Amino acid sequence: MNGFRTMSRPAVGWLALGLVLGILALDLSRSGAPDLFAAPAPFALGSGEAPTGAHCTGG
Amino acid sequence: MFMRRFSVIVLLLGLTGFTFIMAGPRAGLLVMIGLGFGLVLEGLRFGFAGPWRMIVTDRDGRGLIAQFIAIALVAAVAFPLMAANPQELNGAHAPVGLAMILGAFVFGAAMQLVMGCGSGTLINAGSGNLVGLIALAGFIIGSFAGTVHLGWWTGLGTLPVLSLQGMLGAQGGLIVTLAGLAALAVITALRAAPGKRLPPARLWWAAALIAALALANLVVAGQPWGIVYGLGLWGAKVAQAGGADLGGIAFWAASGNAERLDASILTDVTSLTNIGLLVGAFAVMRWRRDPGAPTQALTFGTYGWVLLAGVVLGYSARLAFGCNVGAFFSGISTGSLHGWVWMVAAFAGSMLGIRMRPYILRPALGSGVAA
Repeated sequence: MNGFRTMSRPAVGWLALGLVLGILALDLSRSGAPDLFAAPAPFALGSGEAPTGAHCTGG
Repeated sequence: MFMRRFSVIVLLLGLTGFTFIMAGPRAGLLVMIGLGFGLVLEGLRFGFAGPWRMIVTDRDGRGLIAQFIAIALVAAVAFPLMAANPQELNGAHAPVGLAMILGAFVFGAAMQLVMGCGSGTLINAGSGNLVGLIALAGFIIGSFAGTVHLGWWTGLGTLPVLSLQGMLGAQGGLIVTLAGLAALAVITALRAAPGKRLPPARLWWAAALIAALALANLVVAGQPWGIVYGLGLWGAKVAQAGGADLGGIAFWAASGNAERLDASILTDVTSLTNIGLLVGAFAVMRWRRDPGAPTQALTFGTYGWVLLAGVVLGYSARLAFGCNVGAFFSGISTGSLHGWVWMVAAFAGSMLGIRMRPYILRPALGSGVAA
């Protein structure tokens, strides 16, 4: 057999959502839900706080 | 059709509401921004890897010029905004180094093999492209693997972090950035064939909307739009769940990263926008009357190559301190010298990848639609 039939776009899209959902569920089961009382201000700009998020440019 | 579109709206509102309730307003806003990116990138067909190929193969410079316009729009606002609020807003600044340059070169080649960069793999997967989904799985594995060896690679030789603001001041840095982008646009226009120079209205709108969303990302998160960190974190989470001990890896032992590893991904900026990006692209695909033809069936071996290319894509993006989004788009628009070096190295790699593409991507017999 040379290859296999490709899947429809909706089917692949649902699989992609399933992948993200699976990772999210795995994470929530291990890390637990975030502490809402420790949630940052809605906007970093004007919050008076230094950004705490991680970025691709960080080592 | 009505029920399908209604379910798309429920999905978008449900994801936003879930994130607001679970992780607070900033997380909810970031998912909304990610959804916006997904809707614009897929809905208006604004991409990064494709235009880099089109200028070489078809002498079509419209997509590439639209990228420069979007970056310039962000820079024009981000430079003064960051200068006025240095405590609250960070740029996408990273050091130039040997591994960074090599990583960008390899990334450029790999992105032409899977026809997707960091954002592209998420968009492609969400919009139902099987090659994109396989590449995304590889990207997650690769970007995590890159964190394991990052210290060794950066030890090969790395300059201090250099930004145009730091060297020339905020005003001087912005002028040089805009002049550099204008020069690139002119070079692209000269290279492009007649009729393939001026972006169509669709790309002007896309560039403006992407710029607005990127600025919203900066204002809400305090940092520019990124992709790679979130995917590497997902890989680390899966590895940890599989029993891997990441405490001995310098990258994950560093305080900020260890904190991210312990906390939910719903508190991680790039994870939130990544989720939104993928779901936004899915929503556009489901909204369309015709979701489009499935991607071309490839041979088993080719799917293996795509997975490997995805791994390489993720690994090299980690070494390069970002992909088209984190390094090229956000790096240049917030003044990082590494963004410019990344672009040159990745473009050279992209030209190699274009040449390799016909030898790697081999269709299965009897299939017709290109990936």
